[in-house]
Amino acid sequence: MNTIKKILGLVWIFLAPAIIWFLASQAIQKITAATSLTKSNVTLQWVIILTIFTPICVGFFIFGYYAFKGEYAHLPASSKDLE
Amino acid sequence: MSLDIKPSKISLVIGASSVGTLIEWYDFYIFGMLATIISKQFFPSDAGTSALLSTLAIFAAGFIVRPFGALVFGRLGDIIGRKYTFLLTLVLMGGSTFAIGLVPGFATIGWAAPILVLILRLVQGLALGGEYGGAATYVAEHAPANRRGFWTSWIQTTATLGLFLALGVIILIRSNQGVEAFSAEWGGWRYPFWMSIVLVGVSIVIRMKMSESPMFTKLKSEGKTSTNPLKESFGHKANFKMVLLALFGAVMGQGVIWYTGQFYAQSFIETVCKVEFIQSRNLMLWAILFATPFFVVFGYLSDRIGRKWIMMFGMLAGILTYRPIYQYFLDATNAKNRTEKIDLAHTVVSEKIASVDSKMYTKLYVVQKFDTAYTDGAIFSYTKTDTIHLTDIVDDASVGSIQYTQANRVDATKLDTIKVKLKPVKGTVLDATKTAKVTIASISQKPNVLVEKILDKATYWNLIWLVFLQILYVTMVYGPIAAFLVELFPTKIRYTSMSLPYHIGNGVFGGLVPFLGTLIVEFTKTADNPAGDPLAGLWYPIGVASICLFIGVIYLTNKVDKEVMD
Repeated sequence: MNTIKKILGLVWIFLAPAIIWFLASQAIQKITAATSLTKSNVTLQWVIILTIFTPICVGFFIFGYYAFKGEYAHLPASSKDLE
Repeated sequence: MSLDIKPSKISLVIGASSVGTLIEWYDFYIFGMLATIISKQFFPSDAGTSALLSTLAIFAAGFIVRPFGALVFGRLGDIIGRKYTFLLTLVLMGGSTFAIGLVPGFATIGWAAPILVLILRLVQGLALGGEYGGAATYVAEHAPANRRGFWTSWIQTTATLGLFLALGVIILIRSNQGVEAFSAEWGGWRYPFWMSIVLVGVSIVIRMKMSESPMFTKLKSEGKTSTNPLKESFGHKANFKMVLLALFGAVMGQGVIWYTGQFYAQSFIETVCKVEFIQSRNLMLWAILFATPFFVVFGYLSDRIGRKWIMMFGMLAGILTYRPIYQYFLDATNAKNRTEKIDLAHTVVSEKIASVDSKMYTKLYVVQKFDTAYTDGAIFSYTKTDTIHLTDIVDDASVGSIQYTQANRVDATKLDTIKVKLKPVKGTVLDATKTAKVTIASISQKPNVLVEKILDKATYWNLIWLVFLQILYVTMVYGPIAAFLVELFPTKIRYTSMSLPYHIGNGVFGGLVPFLGTLIVEFTKTADNPAGDPLAGLWYPIGVASICLFIGVIYLTNKVDKEVMD
């Protein structure tokens, strides 16, 4: 199981930037395609989406890194393990 | 330290915590419940879907700032204590909700209206971000180890009961006032916001009587409280990795399951299936009423068999059944799947009523309502509005009716003479005997057609059970989550550590379900398929829940931590 956890860590590491790339490319596509009437709203919507999900994807990348490093092989049994 | 708390004391703790949290949820939800009206009041009238999306974005902004509220108030809660922190969040929430009800509409103050609403919505989000973690921590720190899931599940019911209260209040006011008075700039939709100040006042009085959490009091007396909970929570790898695991392995999936079951379902039934306003809300009320006790059932069960698998099963059920459930919603409310009653007595066509754009008008908005009855008892109403441009200005504001000719819809060589009654513009009195004969310049190519469906009893109850099923999934993922999070982090940084993943999972991933769902459906609209794929919005919650389920199954443990006093 610990090997699976580590291998999956690599998946999360690659998935995180892939999500950012997907969202950024969608944002460019939709903002470019918007009409002059809807452009400001469409831009606002995508700025919100990118601002929110970019730091979350960074967190997901770190989660993957920890998983790959075996940090989740044994979860702490008490608070002392967290110190 | 042993906790020897009398049953009457724990009931008081739960009651006082729950009432305040319930009111905060109520405050938070009324905005979402009234999104359609708010979009009309606080945005330009010609913005259409764009205005609704912007309102949903403001609604979502309240969710997005919740993690920041979790950081600010979580830190305070770990330094000065749970009790005073969630008293402060209650005051902020009540004040900002009341103030939203006082903001004039776009017609009066222009763009200042949506900006003010956005600011107040952000304050609401910050307050809620600080509230929940405090209430869950406070109750968990009073509860005995073997009943922690059970006791904290009462706090979990408040989110759904808050929604129930919000729905109930809105239905009550709207039923008494009627649609027009309710939707006016200073109409009844503002009352639920104003009511908040009274509810919050009552809750503050109750909470003032509560004492501090025994675990926090002990830590404080020993001088062991954290001086920098933010640094300890997120600066130490050992704790930060648990914050990430809680977010990606449990709360992110729980958030989307929750908001799909309770909010996306309601929005879908109302805006996509076009079920009538009151019926769609009554339907939600029944489903919530039947499902709410299951929060406590699954909380109790999590003390016996562990938290992990109950939550994972709830996510799996959502992933597998959302599309069939929503496909049923579409099929069951589709006119094509019904048999129309052919006798004319059951198909009512209303008189045409016209309204005008100003006292000296050049445009007529001619409204006609068609009610179609079906053999199963359902009645679908279609309200068609034709916009008619006139060649000349009618400058007599007292004219009671308008007469014009237009080409016959079947035989264009013939002309129909049409006489329509005028609805008075505010501040004018009409003379029923006066008729103005006018010439039409053009009629809009696409009439605006509003559909409202009153469902037959069998379909209505089928929809209730399917929404109930979705809320049952919510109770599985949400019932045990407070105990699960409390057990993951130590007392001195618990408020901060558990609040952040909770509010990112629920506020961001969950709160964005209606907004992103609507946006994804917009993407599927093309010239050939102007309605798009109405089920496409479900890919967002299904995708997020799938990743979370996968991570949860692999990385989480099912062990219940009995010792949370360390």
